[in-house]
Amino acid sequence: MKKKLISAPYIVWMAVFIVVPLAMVAYFAFTDGDGHFTLDYIANVAQYTNIFVRSIWLAAIATVICLVIAYPAAFILATMDKKHQSTMIMIVMLPMWMNFLLRTYAWMTLLGNNGIINRALGLIGLGPYKLLNTQGAVVLGMVYNYLPYMILPLYSVIVKIDKMLLEAAQDLGANSRKVMFKVVFPLSLPGVMSGITMVFVPAISTFIISRMLGGGSNLLIGDLIEMQFLGNSYNPNLGAGISLVLMVIVLLIMTIMNQFDSDDEDRVLI
Amino acid sequence: MKKILYFLVLTSLVFSMSGCHLQHINEDEDEEEQTLTVENPEFYNRFQGKGISINVYNWGEYISDGSDGLLDVNAEFTKLTGIQVNYTTYATNEELYAKLKGGGASYDIIIPSEYMISRMIKEDMLQKLDFNNIPNFKYIMDKFKDKDYDRGNRYSVPYTWGTVGIIYDNTAIDVPEDEIDWDILWDEKYADSILMFDNPRDAFAIAETLLGYSMNTENPKEIKAAAEKLKEQKPLVQSYVMDEIFDKMGAGEAVLAPYYAGDAVTLMDEYDHISFAVPKSRTNLFFDSLCIPKSAQNKEAAELYINFMCEPDVAYATTSYIGYSTPNEAAFEMLDDEIKENGISYLDDEYLKNHTTVFVNMSDDANRLMQDLWTEMKSAQDNEKNKWVVPIFMLSCVLLSILILIRRAMKKKKDIF
Repeated sequence: MKKKLISAPYIVWMAVFIVVPLAMVAYFAFTDGDGHFTLDYIANVAQYTNIFVRSIWLAAIATVICLVIAYPAAFILATMDKKHQSTMIMIVMLPMWMNFLLRTYAWMTLLGNNGIINRALGLIGLGPYKLLNTQGAVVLGMVYNYLPYMILPLYSVIVKIDKMLLEAAQDLGANSRKVMFKVVFPLSLPGVMSGITMVFVPAISTFIISRMLGGGSNLLIGDLIEMQFLGNSYNPNLGAGISLVLMVIVLLIMTIMNQFDSDDEDRVLI
Repeated sequence: MKKILYFLVLTSLVFSMSGCHLQHINEDEDEEEQTLTVENPEFYNRFQGKGISINVYNWGEYISDGSDGLLDVNAEFTKLTGIQVNYTTYATNEELYAKLKGGGASYDIIIPSEYMISRMIKEDMLQKLDFNNIPNFKYIMDKFKDKDYDRGNRYSVPYTWGTVGIIYDNTAIDVPEDEIDWDILWDEKYADSILMFDNPRDAFAIAETLLGYSMNTENPKEIKAAAEKLKEQKPLVQSYVMDEIFDKMGAGEAVLAPYYAGDAVTLMDEYDHISFAVPKSRTNLFFDSLCIPKSAQNKEAAELYINFMCEPDVAYATTSYIGYSTPNEAAFEMLDDEIKENGISYLDDEYLKNHTTVFVNMSDDANRLMQDLWTEMKSAQDNEKNKWVVPIFMLSCVLLSILILIRRAMKKKKDIF
């Protein structure tokens, strides 16, 4: 009973600000302007298949790159001398103190045709290369902005791994590579999973990164949804339809991911 | 510690470099402070001391805020009338429309563009104005009254006007100014240095003009042809932007961009390499007008505000600060000859009459078609990339499923032991 009482504020919060809006999204998606039931909007989402595919694709690439960069970083952080750990964590977090828009905006200056990178390359006689307004720039923006969300959960899981387990593995004759892949990595899988979730989900629905770094011609789902609500096409029903489809896709992907997770968690528990 | 220092130096470097494009104009001009003289101050007294406030919803950077020695319009209004002004801004007509349609927000003054005004009139979102409270309407030039979007000016009072033209980098483009027309935006010579409107209405208007159609066409065939034209242009376009052109043109990232004359004036003040061409064929003439939405709480106070905006001194401050042209006769007279005759802000009557079109609101069907084609155009990809994305995506999906199955099988095996 007491537990229930304590959780009441969050339950109220969740009901008012999460469940109700979700229900409204579903309501809008299945009704037309006059409130009659229709499947048209959901059906119309089909014409944006290529945007969906591109969003998933770019978000997946960004997530993989984040993971590849973040895992060694998190491992080094976690095994580092305790004295320096908090400083290093702060450095990881440092970019997040700056406004998200500003960080992305800075990349526009760096990547532009007359930007710092191209100017530096120009000094040694290379380029200019087209860096801005490409899909690569969008992926870069995602990786740059969401990397800390990958490092932190990985770090917090790896740092809790019992050192004695590693020593035991080594005692039993595992070389360092085996220790890494047979012990450390499986144990850190929960961190990998939450890192992937925390990067993939915001990356798939971002709209400002693709607008600023993609030059407006690399539309993502987020741009599409934004156009329906605040943009020129003002069509909240279609926007809700697209959001709903996106939610279903994310749900599906997360379920597939969790398949991995639960398998390994069981093993960890045993 | 060294790393932090290094990081800080790097970020400050980035910021100082991007900062130079952001600086506001006119910092070096130290003219004397402008002062406000109102013909009839008693007129504004009726709400004095009543603690009333009005909500004004305007475009970003679209009012004189007291810098450059000009009037701080909202502060002066409060001083004169005792009415508080809650001032907020929006970026597009559609954002304004969405805010009003969504309800929950109450504004007393809004400043939509002409096609949005006719849409709002049609959808009964605006209130008729009481011109007894707006005697300064007499200052508005006759040629800007009684336009198609609001016949008889029952709902709106023009705030600013302007035309769309081509902003270009005169160091990169050697075509004489009077020969520049819309087709230069399709010239392959400037591939990847062209910026384009990131809103369908303005972008389609350019394509439609090029094809010889009306900017207000609702004929699906013509709209589709215009979309094809825009698709043709897409490989040459560096990016689709709105106000980002200030940075991109200023920094020399791009050399051509269609945009509004008022913003061109601002850019040209700041950079010598920027010029502006009025297209010789035809262009869009636009108005932004003061209106009172149905949800207004203080209509009379809002009308006082409209009247105040038409005061010659205030209109002068507005046009001087934002660079857009004023429809106010008395304010126009106060301007320097240099501005009156620069051939950008105030085009001659002959051109305005024969070479400009004012947008009208299109039917829902035409709007939707344009929107769909626009999204399709923007999301279309180069074929080369498209060929690979889907197969690889599907392959990775299949691999993932197989992996899961294998793991499951392995786990089961383990359970047996």
